[in-house]
Amino acid sequence: MTSVAITVNGQLRDAEVEPRQLLVYFLRETLGLKGTNVGCDTSSCGACTVLMDGVSVKSCTVLAAQADGSAVTTIEALAEDGDLHVVQQAFHEHHALQCGYCTPGFVMATVSLLQENPNPSEGEIRQALEGNLCRCTGYHNIVRAVEAAARAGG
Amino acid sequence: MSILGNRVLRKEDPRFLRGEATYVENLTLEGALTITFVRSLLAHARIVGVDTSAAEALPDVQVFTGADIDISTGPPPIPVLEQRMRRPVVATDVVRFVGDIVAVVVSLDRATGVDAAELVSVEYDPLPVAVTTVDAAKDEVLLYPEIGTNVAGRAGRTDHDPRLFDGCDVVVRDTLVSQRLAGCPLEVRSAAAQLGADGRITAWLSTQVPHRDHFGISMTLGLDPAQLRVIAPDVGGGFGAKSAFGAEEAIVVWLARHLGKPVRWTETRSESMIALPHGRGQRLELALGGKSDGTILAYRMDILQDAGAYPGVTAFLPNLTALLASGVYAIPRIEVDGVSVVTNTAPLTTIRGAGRPEAAQAIERMVDLFAAEIGMDPVEVRRKNFIAKEAFPYQTASGATYDSADYEAALELALRAVGYEELRAEQQRRRDEGSTRELGIGISSYTEITNPLGEEEYGEVEITADGGAIVHTGSFSHGQGHETTFAMIASERLGLPIEQITVVKGDTDDVPKGTGTFGSKSTQIGGMAARGAADEVVERAKVLVGDYLEASAADVVLDVGLGRFHVAGTPQPSLSWVELAERTAADGRLDELKAQHEFQAPPTFPFGVHIAVVDVDVETGKVDLERLVAVDDAGTLINPLIAEGQVHGGVFTGVAQALYEEFVYDDDGNPLTGSFVGYAFPSTADLPGWEVIEMETPTPANALGVKGIGESGTIGATPAVWNAVLDALAPYGVRHVDMPCNGENVWRALQEAKA
Amino acid sequence: MIPAAFAYERAGSVEEAIALLGRDEDAKLLAGGHSLIPALRLRIARPSALVDIGRLDDLRYVRDDGDRIAIGALTHHDALVRDPVLAARCGLLAHAAELVGDPQVRHRGTIGGSLAHADPASDLGAVALALDAELVARGPEGERAIPVAEFFTGPFTSSLGPQEILTEIRVPAVERGVYLKYQRSARDWATVGVAAADVGGRVQVALASMGATPLRATAVEEALAGGASAADAAALAAEGTDPQTDVSASSEYRAHLARVLARRALEQL
Repeated sequence: MTSVAITVNGQLRDAEVEPRQLLVYFLRETLGLKGTNVGCDTSSCGACTVLMDGVSVKSCTVLAAQADGSAVTTIEALAEDGDLHVVQQAFHEHHALQCGYCTPGFVMATVSLLQENPNPSEGEIRQALEGNLCRCTGYHNIVRAVEAAARAGG
Repeated sequence: MSILGNRVLRKEDPRFLRGEATYVENLTLEGALTITFVRSLLAHARIVGVDTSAAEALPDVQVFTGADIDISTGPPPIPVLEQRMRRPVVATDVVRFVGDIVAVVVSLDRATGVDAAELVSVEYDPLPVAVTTVDAAKDEVLLYPEIGTNVAGRAGRTDHDPRLFDGCDVVVRDTLVSQRLAGCPLEVRSAAAQLGADGRITAWLSTQVPHRDHFGISMTLGLDPAQLRVIAPDVGGGFGAKSAFGAEEAIVVWLARHLGKPVRWTETRSESMIALPHGRGQRLELALGGKSDGTILAYRMDILQDAGAYPGVTAFLPNLTALLASGVYAIPRIEVDGVSVVTNTAPLTTIRGAGRPEAAQAIERMVDLFAAEIGMDPVEVRRKNFIAKEAFPYQTASGATYDSADYEAALELALRAVGYEELRAEQQRRRDEGSTRELGIGISSYTEITNPLGEEEYGEVEITADGGAIVHTGSFSHGQGHETTFAMIASERLGLPIEQITVVKGDTDDVPKGTGTFGSKSTQIGGMAARGAADEVVERAKVLVGDYLEASAADVVLDVGLGRFHVAGTPQPSLSWVELAERTAADGRLDELKAQHEFQAPPTFPFGVHIAVVDVDVETGKVDLERLVAVDDAGTLINPLIAEGQVHGGVFTGVAQALYEEFVYDDDGNPLTGSFVGYAFPSTADLPGWEVIEMETPTPANALGVKGIGESGTIGATPAVWNAVLDALAPYGVRHVDMPCNGENVWRALQEAKA
Repeated sequence: MIPAAFAYERAGSVEEAIALLGRDEDAKLLAGGHSLIPALRLRIARPSALVDIGRLDDLRYVRDDGDRIAIGALTHHDALVRDPVLAARCGLLAHAAELVGDPQVRHRGTIGGSLAHADPASDLGAVALALDAELVARGPEGERAIPVAEFFTGPFTSSLGPQEILTEIRVPAVERGVYLKYQRSARDWATVGVAAADVGGRVQVALASMGATPLRATAVEEALAGGASAADAAALAAEGTDPQTDVSASSEYRAHLARVLARRALEQL
């Protein structure tokens, strides 16, 4: 076991973790934050995307131990005082989710994208989201939602 | 001002956006043990022995084998199919595909489960394999020697009419493969089960069909159905892959009962890729004949369906393909012969489209080949052979009765939207310049069958004490937005805003019966059932209102706009639903404001035209899809926002088959595309936006005029893209490219044409 | 899937990491983890211990050393994409880094981790080879500079000793460089990658996914040096290569792609 102290959604969390425990399972099972999903086992689908030290990472490809000393933000922290974040609101308004399983990952990837590139073109959006897979939406409305979030100052 | 037809944002969105969805894996189940499956690494072998000792030496690990769990899944639901090819949920004597379950590990946690599964040692005696349908059809290597054949089902007729193509100036032939695909729902399968103190088992399943599972698992385990409760919570996609329970779910429930402890299982993606049933897998030998003036006279299809190792309903798919053989054309003579064979590969099932994409792929490619052969524009050939708008209901030569359509109008819309003439000019410009980037324009005009089994769906509406409504439905939305659409349907009948209408689904204790969601049937039967139940509640309300207002129920009307009941001609006094609920509750009569309705209707036939524009790099062979215009007519659109989303997702799947995806086995039956790395699931960067055009030709099949739209996008898109690729390559003498039309397959076709 | 169990140590310095590697011959280094962790999850890799060097921030830098750029081995791909020095002096590497994986991968993956993983399909491996990069490694015997031509020795095998750690990658300042990557889909590995660069007046070409390691297309280079046109030289791109047939492509198609991409890369150079 190894000790970690990770700030998750603004709260410092101390724990003993097995070295092989992935960050995504630490979040889901140790901390009970089940909004972040596991969609694959080859770091392909991005359903597990969270922010780590401010940038998007695939939490299935990070050991909890590696996150010691870092700040992690999950989907649960986006809404403020119950109000949806600009990106969440844009996804809602543009019907950018159907079954919802890929959605937290796409939302977090979008938050990271818009931090780095506040005004992306459609091509840049499509490139930036190639690490997130969706089976339901055909991506069209997701791209529209990201554009809308950018316009709204996402 | 009806709410129907409006782009209403989804009521269900908030929990998904906030990370509060209730997928089975998110369930908190105190003390649940974890299940891990040990799966065969060989495609066909006798099991000589299973040594579980090393695994069971790990703390708190138990291992079960086929000897312990001696059950088999039931026969396929369709009597004409081979009934004897059952699957033991845990293989005992023989494994028939890589992924077949040979042992079941129960542990306290997931990590130990994986460690223990690795330590289970299985001794195999390898057997020869029949991996391809062509090999399996020879009946040399038999998967079920005691049955003596690999044939699991037949469709159509086997004798050929030698006069089929009489009168044809031209007959074009080709062999097409609609390649095996993986459904790839983003949520893999997950199941949990718990035996309650009352002896009832509760099972949480990631499924599309909670009631079907309830019945089927009860039968499989010999349980009284009353002793099983199935709950399907939020489910992260199905696409047909979750339209039947598998060996895995049966084992989970069996273990809950046997151990008397809660158990849970979630597959890994790699496991899902090889063991969650696949789709398509059809080989079609085709011949289409007609006259030089473009009239199609005759069509023959010989279908060879891959039924995987354990056939189930898959063996029936050629029947659906045969039914849609005619496509949108008035073809006088059609002959179909179909056979389904088992192979040493994963089971297949009814993945999005289920037999109808194959039919559309076949007829649309053959029409283009025919057009090329007689030197006619593929648009003109289509026009010449469309079933006329006035001819509906129309019975085709392959036995389908289409309800309503206007193919010509759909074609016109699509051609205008895509700018057909300008594209042909651009195509010619590039050809004249000798460009290595060829433009291809592909058309697909299709129809398909939704609610194919003509099923009956259950709906119930009840008014609550606070004057709202709950709709209980036997449909099961796993992304399709019923919590919004069905609320809209009920709202329009009840005069209640959708904010006050809750749609409840997925719990067999709460909804007594249902058919789940697949086959694009839910709005047309589930929505209609909810509508019927709402109408009945209104009738009962009128009786109560009549009592309260001292009038005859026949004189009471509901002002839907205001949501108030009053006597006809006298707007006051009136009662709102809130007031009625309060009064009836006080009188102990609230439960009279509840009604059930079951709605059954025959299949309906949505239709449309898709046009794809591709850019083919003839040096590398790579195909880029530039545009996809989709006109899809599924009758009345209750919520165009949601309908469009279904088309987007459907088109995505159709394009993915045309250009990217294929599930591949090697010659020994080893899966080569068993992860999201090997399997070419496209991303945002691979695809354009979709240009979706609405068209609504209501069906007479139900009062709403709705057909199903969930699979239309898939069915229409693949042939459009395939035809576009061939269109781009026509100057090079290419008349066939294998799907997926990726760089290698295009390059090979170009090489062959040069030779 | 869940990795097999391993012990875990965090190294506070390169020296400490070297010592930790020395204590356990089945230990592996963990940098960004985006080559190693996928292998752990599929249980293809089963180290007894991981030595985490991910916090050694003094190995993250891009430094202009005149005719060479020095890059700390733990520099993230994303940082390479954004670095103004790299953009100005060796844009080829910045451009190739942008083609690695996806944004999430680029936020965590490192150039040193990528090169040390020695994947024959590696974009940065091919680019490093075309640039005649120098890889600096530190081990129990001290520091040494390994020419990239000696670095890749086989599939997923490098010439690094069991206790050696890459600390720096040195690339020449290069004005003209092109990297072309053919993929089945945008998120796929390179079916074939071709890197071409003008290094001190000599055009050098390297290939990804054409053999057991990234390979120099020496036949192409020699033809060019002998005055051949881009098209004629590129026709030799598959010579001396041994591309695989796998689910992404056949060896014949890979050879064909190498020729086409080589010609395009040389034309764009």
